[in-house]
Amino acid sequence: MNFIPNIVFAIALIIGIGYFARNVKKLIRNIKLGRGKDVSDNKSQRWKNMTMIALGQSKMVKRPIAGILHVVVYVGFVIINIEVLEIIIDGLFGTHRIFSSIGPLYGVLIGSFEILAALVFVSVIIFWLRRNVIKLKRFWNAEMTSWPKNDANYILYFEMVLMTLFLVMNATDVSFQAMDSGNVISQYLVPLFNGLSDSTLHFIERSAWWLHILGILVFLNYLYFSKHLHILLAFPNTYYGRVNHKGEFDNLEAVTNEVKMMMDPNVDPFAAPAEGTESVMPEKFGASDVKDLNWVQLLNAYTCTECGRCTSECPANQTGKKLSPRKIMMDTRDRLEEVGKNIDANKGEFKEDGKQLLDDYITREELWACTSCNACVEACPVSIDPLSIILDMRRYLVMEQSAAPVELNNMMTNIENNGAPWPYNQMDRLNWKNE
Amino acid sequence: MAEYMAEGKQPEVLFWVGCAGSFDDRAKKITKAFVKLLNKANVDFAVLGTEESCTGDPAKRAGNEFLFQMQAVTNIEVLNAYEIKKIVTTCPHCFNTLKNEYPGLGGQYEVMHHTQFLKSLLSDGRLTIEGGEFKGKRITFHDPCYLGRANNVYEAPRDLIRKLDAELVEMKSCKSRGLCCGAGGAQMFKEPEKGDKDINVERTEQALETQPEIIAAGCPFCNTMMTDGVKAKEKEASVQVMDIAELIANAEDL
Repeated sequence: MNFIPNIVFAIALIIGIGYFARNVKKLIRNIKLGRGKDVSDNKSQRWKNMTMIALGQSKMVKRPIAGILHVVVYVGFVIINIEVLEIIIDGLFGTHRIFSSIGPLYGVLIGSFEILAALVFVSVIIFWLRRNVIKLKRFWNAEMTSWPKNDANYILYFEMVLMTLFLVMNATDVSFQAMDSGNVISQYLVPLFNGLSDSTLHFIERSAWWLHILGILVFLNYLYFSKHLHILLAFPNTYYGRVNHKGEFDNLEAVTNEVKMMMDPNVDPFAAPAEGTESVMPEKFGASDVKDLNWVQLLNAYTCTECGRCTSECPANQTGKKLSPRKIMMDTRDRLEEVGKNIDANKGEFKEDGKQLLDDYITREELWACTSCNACVEACPVSIDPLSIILDMRRYLVMEQSAAPVELNNMMTNIENNGAPWPYNQMDRLNWKNE
Repeated sequence: MAEYMAEGKQPEVLFWVGCAGSFDDRAKKITKAFVKLLNKANVDFAVLGTEESCTGDPAKRAGNEFLFQMQAVTNIEVLNAYEIKKIVTTCPHCFNTLKNEYPGLGGQYEVMHHTQFLKSLLSDGRLTIEGGEFKGKRITFHDPCYLGRANNVYEAPRDLIRKLDAELVEMKSCKSRGLCCGAGGAQMFKEPEKGDKDINVERTEQALETQPEIIAAGCPFCNTMMTDGVKAKEKEASVQVMDIAELIANAEDL
C-alpha cells in the first residue's frame, strides 16, 4: 500500500510529460508547414545572439523596470526548477528531501530558492499591477482582446500560486524547520501555522508538495495553448533570427531566375525544361497565407509573448494607424493554429477552408501603413521580425494581384519608364550640375 | 564617368547622386553642397549622370521584387562595366540597397554614406571643419532609419556636428530607438493611411522639444518630411532643416 503515492506520482508525471510531448510534435509539424529557409550560415554569430539575447536577456533590460523584474522572474524560474529535480526523485522513490544529505550546501541552495521565490512573487505582483491597475497602454491596444488579456493574467496567477505553495511547503515541513538552515523566508510563515498539530502540519505540507508539482505539470501543458511558449522558444528563435543588417531584405531567388532569363539573349523562353530538372517556379510570389511564409517566420509567431514593445515603437501605430506589428504576429499564430486544427480534424490533410491570412486576419490597410523602419524588429527582446511578414504579404499583393495603392503604381511605372520614382526624364539627371 | 573611362582613368570614388539628389529641388542643394566639399578636399570623383537609374529601393519596399531586380541588374551591369570599386551616396536608401542588396545579384562594392566619407576625409586630414556660423548653435540630429537601425551608423553624422563646435542635443527617441520620419517603405510616394496624426509631424514635435535652431538630417527624404513638419508647426522662421553636408559646406562658406 505504501507504493500508491509513488505510482500515482509516476502516472501524473507520464501523463503530464506525455501530453506535452504530443503537443510539441504538433507545434513542430505546424512550424514545418512553412517554406524552407537555410539557416546554416554564421553559426558563431547565431550562438552569440542566443547567448546574449535569450540567455543574457540583453534586449529585455533596454526598458529597465520591466527588464529587471523580468530577469528576476527568469532567474527564479530557472534556478527554482533545480528543486523540481528533488521533488521528482522524492516522488518516484518515496524519499523525503533526498538532497538534504549533502549537508550545509543544501541549506544554502534552499535558502536561495526561498529568496528567489519571494522576489518572483513580488515581481509578479508588480507585473499584475502594471497590466490591470496602471493599465500601461501597450497592454490595452485593440488586439489585446479578452483571451490575450486573460492569458497574461492566468500566467501571473499560476506563478503566484506556485511560489506560495513552495514557501508553504517549506514552512509546514517540521523536520526542515528543525534543521533551521535554508528557511530564510519560510521561517516567517511558520507563525501562521502555530497551534496546529503535527499531523495537520504534515497534511498541509503534503498537500502543498502535491499541488506544487501537479501545478508545474499543468503549467507545462498550458504553455502550448498560451503566449507563454516564449520561455522555451526564445532560445531557438534568437538562434535562427536575423544575422545580417536589418536593412537587407532578401532577394527573391525565383525572381532572380526570371530576371536573368529576361536579360540573357541566349535563353529560349519556350524551351522545355531539361530532362530530370524540376521547375523551380514557386506556386506564388510573396505570401497570402501561413504556408507561404518561411518556417522561421512561423516560429516567430509561436515565440511572440505579446509584450507589445514592437507596437509601442511603431511610428504608424503611434500616430493612430491600424498597423500593429504585434497583431501581425498574433494573427499569424492564430491562423497557423487554425490550419493545424484543420489538419488534425481531417486525418492529416489540410481541407480548403476558404480562409487565408490576408484579408481574413491581416487587412491591406495595415500592410500599406508600414514604413519599413525596423523599429519593431529592433524593439523585440527575442528577435522576432514582423517586418519580413509585412513585406512578403506586400509582395503577394503587388506581384500576384497588382493590388498596390494607385500612387504606388504610378511611382513604379515611373521607375520602369524613366528610372526614377517621379516623372522626370532620365536625360535630365545631370542638370543640377549647371543650375 | 564615361569621360573617365574614355581617358582610361579610374576615379577615387563614384558619387551615386540618387533620384532625389538629381531631381528634387531641395535635395539638389544637398548634392551641390556635397560636391563642393569633395572639390575642396580634392577628391577625384565621378558621377554616372544620365546612366544612373533608380536603385529600385522604393519598388522593393512596396513589394515589387521584379522591378527592383530589373533595376538592380541593369545598374550592376553599368557599374561593373566601369569597374567601380567604391561608391559614396547622400541617400541612406541608395546606400542600404547598394551595400546590402546588390552583392547577392553580382554587384560587390565598398559603399559609404556621405557622412562616413566626410568623416574619413577629416581623419585623413584632407578636409578641415570649422564651426563658422554654427558655433554654439543648438542642433539636433534625426537618425534616418536606413542609416541607423538598418546599418548601425549612428556616430559618423554626430561626430561631424560636434566638429562644428555646435551644441548637439538629442531627442528623447534617438539612435536605435529613433522614430521614423514617415517616408520609408515607399510611403514617400503615397498618402498615409488614416490615423490621428502624420508621422512627420509627430517626429518634428519630438525634434522641437529639444528647442533646436537646426534639425540636421542625413537623408533627402527625411529632409523633406521634417521640413514639411516644421512648416506644419509654423516654425520655419526659427528652425531650419539642413543636411550634414550643407552644414559643413556653409560653415566653410563654400
